[in-house]
Amino acid sequence: MPDRRLTILGLGLLAACAFFLFWGLKGPAGFILELRATKLAALLLVGAAVGISTVVFQTVTGNRILTPSIMGFDSLFLLVQSLMVLTMGGLGYVMTDGPAKFLLDTGLMMAASLMLFTLLMGRGRGDLHRMILAGVIIGLFFRSMTAFVLRLIDPSEFSVVQQVMFASFGAVDTTQLAIAAVLFLAVFAAIWKLAPALDIVALGRDSAVGLGLRYDRLAMVLLLLVSALVAVSTALVGPISFLGLLVAALAHEVVKTPRHVLLLPAAALIAGLVLVIGQGVFERLLGLQSTLAVIIEFFGGLLFLYLVMGGRRR
Amino acid sequence: MITVRNLSHRIGSAEILHDLSLDFPKDGITAIIGPNGAGKSTLMGLMARLVPIQTGKVEIDGHCVAKTRTEALARRMAIVTQRVGVASRLRVGDLVGFGRWPHHHGRPRDEDHAAVERALAAFDLTELRDRFLDELSGGQNQRAFIAMGLAQETDWLLLDEPLNNLDMYHARALMARIHALSREGGRSVVMVVHDINYAAAWADHIVALENGRLAFEGAPREVLTAERLSRLFGMEIGVEEIGGRPTVLHHA
Repeated sequence: MPDRRLTILGLGLLAACAFFLFWGLKGPAGFILELRATKLAALLLVGAAVGISTVVFQTVTGNRILTPSIMGFDSLFLLVQSLMVLTMGGLGYVMTDGPAKFLLDTGLMMAASLMLFTLLMGRGRGDLHRMILAGVIIGLFFRSMTAFVLRLIDPSEFSVVQQVMFASFGAVDTTQLAIAAVLFLAVFAAIWKLAPALDIVALGRDSAVGLGLRYDRLAMVLLLLVSALVAVSTALVGPISFLGLLVAALAHEVVKTPRHVLLLPAAALIAGLVLVIGQGVFERLLGLQSTLAVIIEFFGGLLFLYLVMGGRRR
Repeated sequence: MITVRNLSHRIGSAEILHDLSLDFPKDGITAIIGPNGAGKSTLMGLMARLVPIQTGKVEIDGHCVAKTRTEALARRMAIVTQRVGVASRLRVGDLVGFGRWPHHHGRPRDEDHAAVERALAAFDLTELRDRFLDELSGGQNQRAFIAMGLAQETDWLLLDEPLNNLDMYHARALMARIHALSREGGRSVVMVVHDINYAAAWADHIVALENGRLAFEGAPREVLTAERLSRLFGMEIGVEEIGGRPTVLHHA
């Protein structure tokens, strides 16, 4: 049975997609539509990946404030990119752009993030302050390392790194998009099968084990899936730190249920809505005066402060 | 019967349990008592496989805890601990409903809903079923979690300090409910209790731990003596017979 709130979100997203595709269409319609459809697919894919991964991550870590990006994932992405520029040189870095680099990016990010998550998960679950602190320290470490690497790079090559520092939906490669879509669908199918178990994971380790869940193994599997999703979206368009936080908070607010069968689609749909509408407004109304990522960071950052200040219970 | 054999447990260099062997009789209430740090909660965690067993063996009705599938164990025993970290905002009804997970794994049937109703009714939670957990008092919260364990419909119910943070009225009411479960509901209850008088009044069997070793065990009337308790807690404790039950006087 389709949930009413999900139906509304779905219809809203369809309307937003139509608006994005057909509004202000003039000139060679076929060419522009193809361009817009590619961009739209990227927006939806990234939205779904970020939304779902954040909800799952927050459930496994047992908090509502931290997201993979806040735990230092973005700074890790930048570090990996700068290291690549350093070792291969700006030209080599640009040359490798394509499916191979995308897969390499995804693989590297998955391995690194899995290490990061397991490091933090150990005994930290439930201890929110410890996890925030660890996230801040790790993020700072990666940023300092990035700054150090950037200093070693030739100034002209610095601009290459600068390009990937903010998320951009401007130039998405269709081959990369196809690979990302396949990866995403595979991971999503796996998470979807675990959705009922996620409701139990949210109860905390003791209760979950008591109810007969193989908690430790399941948590590892879930974190692996989360890192795959985050890696896919980051490698595709770059880091969007606070989108996940924004979307997960909205999803919990909209569906008001502990059931992940509803939460996960809601998060994916909301993320799609935010990205499609945001990007549409930027391109058509504001004439690309700024980038969407900056605005999302602004509102997401405010929400983060609000949550940390204890505006709501965790 | 839960049998514990040669159970030892270390955390770092600290030895929490030392070669512990004892039996928990089926039926009735067994209370685990002992001073802080005696290893009561650790024993509970090991029996309920929340903590992996290092050395020794625990069997529950003949099923080895370390070797039996965790899904199958969840249909034999339910555990309610103090350390609950619930990430999502839950309603009482949802929480108790999760107690049925071992039986349906995500697809509740009619009998699951009926079991939830029974558990809610047994703990006077039917009225509160749509309230969020964070809107409840400590006593109501405690009841909701124990109701979840009850909905699991297992032979064994393990409760880690269920009376913590409850005032006299609520502690007594909860204890009476647990006692009724052990009598009419056919559940065998093992619980960690801090207030000896609750153990004396309601338990059928007492297990006393001291420094990870068994200090003594037996029926309350036989083992709760001034001499034994004074040694166990390292302080002067008097025991008087009041209303046919041993009553511990530890404030004098």
